Amino acid sequence: MKRICTAKEAVQDVRDGASIMVGGFMCCGGPSGLMDALLEKGVKDLTLICNDAGLPDKGIGKLVVAGRVKHLIASHIGLNPAAGQKMHSGEMKVELVPQGTLAERIRAAGAGLGGVLTPTGLGTEVEKGKRIVEVDGKQFLLETPLRADFAMLSANEADRYGNAYVAKSARNFNPIMAMASDRVIVEAARVVEPGQIDPDRVNIPCVFVTDVVRGGRHG
Amino acid sequence: MAEDKRVRIARRIARELPDNSLVNLGIGMPTLVADYLPKDKTILLHSENGFIGLGPQPEAGKEDLDLVNAGGKPVTMIPGGCYFDSAMSFAIIRGGHLDVTVLGALEVDEEGNLANYMIPGKMVPGMGGAMDLVVGAKKVIISMEHVNKNGASKILPKCTLPLTARKEVDLIVTELAVIRVTPQGLVLEEVAEDSSVEEVVSKTAAKLKMAPQIGRF
Repeated sequence: MKRICTAKEAVQDVRDGASIMVGGFMCCGGPSGLMDALLEKGVKDLTLICNDAGLPDKGIGKLVVAGRVKHLIASHIGLNPAAGQKMHSGEMKVELVPQGTLAERIRAAGAGLGGVLTPTGLGTEVEKGKRIVEVDGKQFLLETPLRADFAMLSANEADRYGNAYVAKSARNFNPIMAMASDRVIVEAARVVEPGQIDPDRVNIPCVFVTDVVRGGRHG
Repeated sequence: MAEDKRVRIARRIARELPDNSLVNLGIGMPTLVADYLPKDKTILLHSENGFIGLGPQPEAGKEDLDLVNAGGKPVTMIPGGCYFDSAMSFAIIRGGHLDVTVLGALEVDEEGNLANYMIPGKMVPGMGGAMDLVVGAKKVIISMEHVNKNGASKILPKCTLPLTARKEVDLIVTELAVIRVTPQGLVLEEVAEDSSVEEVVSKTAAKLKMAPQIGRF
């Protein structure tokens, strides 16, 4: 059985300077309750790994606006003006990663791979400082695995073993990030007994999950 | 740009889409193509945040918080669609399973290089899925205004802004022209009904070759 706790309890061990992967795509499928708990706890100098910088008044976006993020690794920051401002002022370091590369770097870490070879980014700024590897006459960029101390994820349902189901386009990065972090906290609208989620519907297998929190926008 | 010109671009691009194809439409003007898909063809739309079968916006009050497009706006799913995570979504894109991607551009050049994700020091929203889409899709169609806000050509001998990808663009459709990227350079294939070859040439900084027959659209 996994720990079932409140959002406040779940973020208790997050210290200043921690690295956190956050599920969601433009806040769809993002763990809003856990983001609020981080904000309330007051931790700072965070490294956040997520698809985008969210919206100014929602989820992960609130942490960016409040200046709690020291380093943001994301594919897109355009819908949160604070992210661009803090990047230009030097207050927050931003590493822009092509979305598919971000997904594969996270998946590589979770799958025990030493990296991935992708054609994406060849001949662009993304190529800078990276090794180019030739395979069968084709060039690829070597992209390294991406891990974090915590993954904070959203699900529609989770059981007490940690199995979780994330619906529709809320799924996005949630199942991948579950594989690549030391502590994996799933915020689920419904927390149920083992067996109550059809095993065929589970898209975050229990093995990855450490904590389950009841809550979030689905609830 | 006037609505009728945006519609003209969307209609023209819709005609390029093959039967039984999977297509990704970028946010903004490319999205308009969805309204003009040919009824006699089966064309499925891919949404990079994790599904195939992107449908129209829902009626007010029928939004589903779990179903948004790549711009974060509520959408619907057509019958026969399917959902997947971000790694699968980009495996579809990068792995050569996506037939066409339609994107906007800041600049395109004679070699088919594309710049559409940042203006250093001014606008740095990030590339999102654009770099993967342009590299991975079998066909890359650019939907854009022919000139920028200052009236300067967006079709250049060589891109000046940071590239999204190198030599990947296949076709450029603007309110004035349809231009194909070939190994020999840019070829003007069609001119808008209310424009002329002279106007297109005068508003294009890049060198244009003329197709044997220049069509109208």
